[in-house]
Amino acid sequence: MDLLIELFSEEIPARMQPRAREDLRRLMTDGLVEAGLTYASAGAFSTPRRLALAVEGLSAESKPVREERKGPRVDAPEAAVQGFLRSTGLTLEQLERRAEKKGEVFFAVVEKPGRKAAEIVAEVLEATIRDFPWPKSMRWGSGSLRWVRPLHSIIAVLSDEAGARVVPLTVDGIAAGDTTRGHRFMAADTFRVTGFDDYAAKLRRAKVMLDPAEREAAIRQEAANLAFARGWEIVPDDALMTELAGLVEWPVPLMGVIEDRFLDLPPEVLQTSMKEHQKFLSARNPRTGRIEGYVTVANIETPDDGATILAGNQRVLAARLSDAAFFWENDLREARSGMEAWAEGLKAVTFHAKLGSQADRVERIAALAREIAPIVGADAGEAEQAAKVAKLDLRSAMVGEFPELQGTMGRYYAQAAGLPDAVADAARDHYSPLGPSDEVPSAPASVAVALADKLDTLTGFWAIDEKPTGSKDPFALRRAALGVIRLVLGNGVRMALAPLLEGQAGEAYWAYYQRPSMLGHLLSLGNGVTRWTGGYYTDESGQVALQMSKEMFLHKLSRHCIATEYDIDTSIDRTGRDPKPVLTQIELSADLLAFLHDRLKVHLRDQGIRHDVIDAVLAMPGSDDLTLVVRRATALNAMLGSEGGPNLLQGLKRAANILAQAEEKDGVEYSFGADPKFAETDEERALFAALDAAEPQIAAAMRAEDFPAAMSAIAALRAPIDAFFEAVQVNADNQILRRNRLNLLSRIREAGRLIADFGKVEG
Amino acid sequence: MTSPQTDHAAAITDAADRPRCFQDVILRLQSYWAATGCAVLQPYDMEVGAGTFHPATTLRSLGSRPWAAAYVQPSRRPTDGRYGENPNRLQHYYQYQVIIKPSPPDLQDLYLGSLKAIGLDPLVHDVRFVEDDWESPTLGAWGLGWEVWCDGMEVSQFTYFQQVGGHDCRPVSGELTYGLERLAMYVLGVEHVMDMPFNAPGSPIPLTYGDVFRQTEREYSRWNFEQADTGMLLAHFKDAEAECARILAAPETDSAGRHIPMAHPAYDQAIKASHIFNLLDARGVISVTERQAYIGRVRALAKACADLFVTTEAATGANTEAAA
Repeated sequence: MDLLIELFSEEIPARMQPRAREDLRRLMTDGLVEAGLTYASAGAFSTPRRLALAVEGLSAESKPVREERKGPRVDAPEAAVQGFLRSTGLTLEQLERRAEKKGEVFFAVVEKPGRKAAEIVAEVLEATIRDFPWPKSMRWGSGSLRWVRPLHSIIAVLSDEAGARVVPLTVDGIAAGDTTRGHRFMAADTFRVTGFDDYAAKLRRAKVMLDPAEREAAIRQEAANLAFARGWEIVPDDALMTELAGLVEWPVPLMGVIEDRFLDLPPEVLQTSMKEHQKFLSARNPRTGRIEGYVTVANIETPDDGATILAGNQRVLAARLSDAAFFWENDLREARSGMEAWAEGLKAVTFHAKLGSQADRVERIAALAREIAPIVGADAGEAEQAAKVAKLDLRSAMVGEFPELQGTMGRYYAQAAGLPDAVADAARDHYSPLGPSDEVPSAPASVAVALADKLDTLTGFWAIDEKPTGSKDPFALRRAALGVIRLVLGNGVRMALAPLLEGQAGEAYWAYYQRPSMLGHLLSLGNGVTRWTGGYYTDESGQVALQMSKEMFLHKLSRHCIATEYDIDTSIDRTGRDPKPVLTQIELSADLLAFLHDRLKVHLRDQGIRHDVIDAVLAMPGSDDLTLVVRRATALNAMLGSEGGPNLLQGLKRAANILAQAEEKDGVEYSFGADPKFAETDEERALFAALDAAEPQIAAAMRAEDFPAAMSAIAALRAPIDAFFEAVQVNADNQILRRNRLNLLSRIREAGRLIADFGKVEG
Repeated sequence: MTSPQTDHAAAITDAADRPRCFQDVILRLQSYWAATGCAVLQPYDMEVGAGTFHPATTLRSLGSRPWAAAYVQPSRRPTDGRYGENPNRLQHYYQYQVIIKPSPPDLQDLYLGSLKAIGLDPLVHDVRFVEDDWESPTLGAWGLGWEVWCDGMEVSQFTYFQQVGGHDCRPVSGELTYGLERLAMYVLGVEHVMDMPFNAPGSPIPLTYGDVFRQTEREYSRWNFEQADTGMLLAHFKDAEAECARILAAPETDSAGRHIPMAHPAYDQAIKASHIFNLLDARGVISVTERQAYIGRVRALAKACADLFVTTEAATGANTEAAA
């Protein structure tokens, strides 16, 4: 038989509909199957006012179930028998006695008869409604039921050849039935339905397109047609298309034209304003490259073909764009006069309570960008200037209205201020890359500022111990880390991150401990000075004793002399807590680097490089140079994947294992002195020769960072190593021979160690 | 029907019956909601930022007693002042507020009826309920609902209160808020608020919104932004806070031994503190970090008033039942 469910409510937020469809399908089908029914297929649909589910090929009843449970022996103690009766819910007479090897045993046989589909559907649907996982739900009227918005009616109809029947069910006073209603305005009357096909067809007649995919396709098609008729094209925006489909039951796209007086606004401003405030699609004129029109999607067909609706939307848009034009002109005036008011304003914008203002942060980023500039081929002065300009647009009226235009406006305003293009571009691009697929900036000044911005963010939040945990990452630090990785790799930047992180960690701590509201702890001060507040030592009575210089602070920090600090407000209860030293700059850098390495593994996994291969490379010096790490890992990955790779790995591991065992047993390290004169066999001599040839090649290739060459050189050892293990017994009785062979193995180990820690490679 | 009809207007059934002026919109809303059975109240006689602050909404949405009220509430938002020059922004404007407890099942239809009453026929316009969750940090209140769009313009807020003053709303109240100037401007087809006819254009003395309010907008904008005495306001804030706390801490029994807790007088002080905070904000003397602290202080007052109202309401409710 077939099942139709509709949950008819007041308007469901568009953004919640996709998950709600999936949840309805999953909860219902899981529940039906768990109760012993089977089904052929199930599909879920939504409009702003309804969630619907169609299940086809549902079994009419669940199969009877026979359960057998073995109990205690017949002569078991009374308590055991009683316990068994309790757990099965049977009486002694109902138990069966069966002869088994060890004597007679009680058996409980419980037969559960099959249940009708209607009964099961009612049960599962009620549970689904009551436990529906809406991201936010509410009560209404005097009821206690929770739904996303007030729930008005429920359809629950089972149908087969014999006809359609309503599933008897009442949830919080709402009785399931077989009626619904159409479009709120165009076909508001109720009607009855007998099954899904009837339901979908009658809805269509009642001006409701049930399938969101169909609505979205209709919007896409009609919007494209409207634009095409004017020689325009719709600016793609899939998220907005989907949202629009969730806002209407009967999509009616209407095209409007932007007034000439607004066409000089930057296209990003037009698009954002129309999208955020009005949910308009933007239409671009490919000849001018400008956005000159829009498509609004109405939910109704009107006698005047939408003329009134379009006129209203046009008015609202004009008011919005007048505001935007006002912001734009005022902002341009400020930009042309040098943006000093904005720079001043950044001092009043808190970046994070513990890390100071945006102005403080800009200072840190500018200093770091200057340091990074020569590494990425940027002019130091230009990078520093770009960093100082990059955040100024946060104070502009336009970004105040549309935060998502940060950076975009920064570029326009920097240009208006007459700054070099490289500086303006860096203002726009320094937030990038924002996502895994976002483009990575390549202009040197942009790269310097983008890196400085992200590294400062990471060290700052590490310094105040706000690292991401589990699914919680409120400051988007994983994204910042991936940004660093992609900026470095995407531009082939060669840079040792550790010293930069150490330096920036010191800056972040300094910013943190200077906050007037913070009460610092120094562990070892002496002279009766025990506390340090806002850059000043104070004694027990709170008298200022001495100002601490930044240098002295950083020195003390590096020596574990700075302890956790408390908010002034909560400092009262610090008596109960022992001050604990904060991470030194070096420790913080190492911890953060490990986090970057983790993100790097995730990033490279998508590119087919195994995490154990990366671990093997990370164990080598220079692991804070991500470009180097990846080049090593790529070469190693390729070599291990080549024909002789696995054999070579086995040979290297075998050598290392034998050595490790021998070293543990003998309590010495075999690392030097293998002498070919003690070689007994050709295989041994061949290995000596091969190592003599390979070692300088590997070392030279590694020095030259020619990793493929290093890999070829070590791969040449595969055959000699194989032959050696085939022919030679390392642990010979003759101690001289044994020691010589172990020392020979150590040369293999050392050759491997030039390249990676092969012990970490799996397989 | 004497008004000339164009072809276009003929298609629009509501054209002939449109309101002619601002007060017409208000009067129609008053009549409509009166006809649905709401008590039509008068504005609260204190400075508030929105109709929600009226005790007829804030306090009456608490407790279990049924309630239905509609009223105009003059609202003040000092930071929105634009010296009467901005076509849409005012530091003093009117909200129309409807509050019904428990929220009736046909509240959406009732609301749509009110749009028809002011000449917005949903068969000609595009009326939509777009997700908008409401939260008032100063009142410790939140609810779920929508902003209602008419042809892309937000014309109302529609909210099912879930919590007020930190208390769960049981039953739930339905709240409707109309921004009267914006709505009327749309209905009347006016571009600048000051050009909007206030009384009927054919009156012996026709008045525009600007005739009534242009001068006050200029004067209050100046006072709000430049002149309000911040030192005095800060003192007033503390006074209101202290008085609120004192009223709430007073014994619930008066000198004659009668049980009279004073939630409403205390709540007046909370309203006062809230408005003073808005004025201080407009004067730019409240920093970003202080902002949260001030909002928290007002919320604490509102919550304490709500606590007292809830116990009072429960007690009087019980008395009524006992008497019956």
